[in-house]
Amino acid sequence: MFDVDIWQEIFSTIRKNKLRTFLTGFSVAWGIFMLMILLGSGNGLSNGVKEQFAQNAVNIMWMWTGETSIPYNGLKEGRPIKFNNQDYDFLRTKESDIEKISSRYYLPGDILYSYGKEYGSFETSTCYPSLKDMENINLTTGRFINEMDMMEFRKVVVIGDDIKKALFKEEDPIGKYIRIGGVPFNVIGISKDKRRNQDNNRQAYIPFSTAQRIFNGGDRVHTFTVTTSMVKTTEEAEAISDKIRKDMAKRHDFDPNDKRAMGSFNMLTEYIRTMKIFQAINLFVWIIGIGTLIAGIVGVSNIMLILIKERTREIGIRKAIGATPFSVISLVLLESVLITTVAGYIGLVMGVGIMELVNMALMKAAAGGAENVFFVNPTVDFRTAVTATLILVFSGALAGYLPARKAANVTPIEALRDE
Amino acid sequence: MISIQNLHKSYVTGNNSLHVLKGLNLEIGEGEFVSIMGSSGSGKSTLLNILGVLDDYDQGDYFLNGKKIWGLTETQAAITRNAMIGFIFQSFNLISFKNAMENVALPLYYQKISRKKRNMIALEYLDRLGLKPWAHHLPSEMSGGQKQRVAIARALISNPKIILADEPTGALDSQTSMEVMEILKNVNDQGITVIIVTHEHDIAAMTKKIIRLKDGIIGEVITNGDLQLYRDRVKSE
Ligand SMILES: Nc1ncnc2c1ncn2[C@@H]1O[C@H](COP(=O)(O)OP(=O)(O)O)[C@@H](O)[C@H]1O
Ligand SMILES: [Mg+2]
Repeated sequence: MFDVDIWQEIFSTIRKNKLRTFLTGFSVAWGIFMLMILLGSGNGLSNGVKEQFAQNAVNIMWMWTGETSIPYNGLKEGRPIKFNNQDYDFLRTKESDIEKISSRYYLPGDILYSYGKEYGSFETSTCYPSLKDMENINLTTGRFINEMDMMEFRKVVVIGDDIKKALFKEEDPIGKYIRIGGVPFNVIGISKDKRRNQDNNRQAYIPFSTAQRIFNGGDRVHTFTVTTSMVKTTEEAEAISDKIRKDMAKRHDFDPNDKRAMGSFNMLTEYIRTMKIFQAINLFVWIIGIGTLIAGIVGVSNIMLILIKERTREIGIRKAIGATPFSVISLVLLESVLITTVAGYIGLVMGVGIMELVNMALMKAAAGGAENVFFVNPTVDFRTAVTATLILVFSGALAGYLPARKAANVTPIEALRDE
Repeated sequence: MISIQNLHKSYVTGNNSLHVLKGLNLEIGEGEFVSIMGSSGSGKSTLLNILGVLDDYDQGDYFLNGKKIWGLTETQAAITRNAMIGFIFQSFNLISFKNAMENVALPLYYQKISRKKRNMIALEYLDRLGLKPWAHHLPSEMSGGQKQRVAIARALISNPKIILADEPTGALDSQTSMEVMEILKNVNDQGITVIIVTHEHDIAAMTKKIIRLKDGIIGEVITNGDLQLYRDRVKSE
């Protein structure tokens, strides 16, 4: 079946019937082309959204407090709720679904940052070392806050890229002291958010323990940032945040349903929900793509069937001369596989190529500073392309099957009868 | 070479059955040059198809070169045809998108002979029939006589034992018919058995034996010396 001769026989048939070959191939090429465009666009959308999520760990959750809005246990509404260091210990040790945790204490008033003659007002994130992983903080130089900094209440700071530019210009800040609210802090690292959230670059990170002590925090905590167990369903994710709420409500005597007493945001729920949508979109794209492809296959099959009718006499001649049914079947089947595979491959390359071009244009625009949030890397990965190729060969065989059977059933005496 | 006893063949279409060959007996030896005659619809083509292992029969015995032809699979039949038989048709039956050389070479393709070699052999055969300059022309660019000569070259290329020709001159003018018969006579002179179906008396008269089909059996066999008599009779008809 795979000797050179049958291919030469097929090629000479194709060469001499260029138009019909083109027509048969076109529908398949179009099908695959559309499939690639659709899949690429789907990927682009889903990558864009994933990138949005990737600013933080996808299983991140934030908690903050306010005033009660529902009377509870004889206590009146309007009562302020406050997190503290004991809550931190509780959440870290007793809450099994919490993996990492960091507390944050908001510095009071307007805090001025200064270095020499330069000064400015920036945001201060007071945190534990674990925040680096939870908020995907990227360091360009130096290091992040560590356990020793926390234990020894060290006055160290990691500054955002914009703070560095504002205070230090071209100077290397590492090891230098800046004043934060008048207190000197040693610069140990520079962070830079390469993604879209430019605000992060106007932020500095100092050890939570140091902040609480220096800026008179007592044991007060304003917000908790935690990561939870990775679960698969929104229900499970909701259950985790509900459990945490209940425990905190018990500790601080408020109604667990009181969203004003304690607020929280569970990213995982949103993430799972969004990914579900994209899975659905992906499935939809495949269904449309396969549908287009099936239309192509039916087209090829139809044209081949008509061709077999036209070629009845030729097949009759071949059989009279000594063609076995097997050789006739392989002739038709291989021709179909060849046409669909080559045409499909052309469609594949063009589809993938166009998506790569779009991707290049997007990257160029991004490098030029254009903000593009929703379309990232709209390309088709290697595995999908391989899958599509396999589908192609299979569909070629499928398209050729009926015509091949019909060809095999041609009897020479019928085909060659002179009317 | 060919030995047939009590051959029956019917065509069944719907509820109708048409009994065409009704217990036919026939012996044809190696190297004979035979024509089969008979009125239209008498079953000449039917007989030729059975001889050529293109069709099967209902009853009787058919031995080809000592081998009984019965119950062959399509593949076995194809191999038998390829090895033993060369076909020539009234309407030439060349493949329209293949040139003369490729058409002639096709039987060798099914013998798995390499393209280069089979094209070379095809050129030789075309040369013998004076068609070498036409080797790369498509059938549509050739005259009827040329096309039939290409078909003869194709029939000969696989070195068959028998050439079966169904009305080979039916689509040709008398001059060209004579030329084609001349070629077939040369082929026969080389020892190949040639059997042609025809309804033209002067074509049949060029063969060495005439078999007349009548009512589904052999009605009359005219051979050798009788042939001269037959020719005279044809002239006076
Ligand atoms: N495949 C077929 N099915 C049904 N009837 C057929 C078939 N082939 C031939 N016949 C009939 O059988 C008879 C003999 O046909 P054929 O052998 O072609 O005659 P000839 O070649 O002598 O003119 C004719 O009546 C013809 O109509
Ligand atoms: Mg006939």
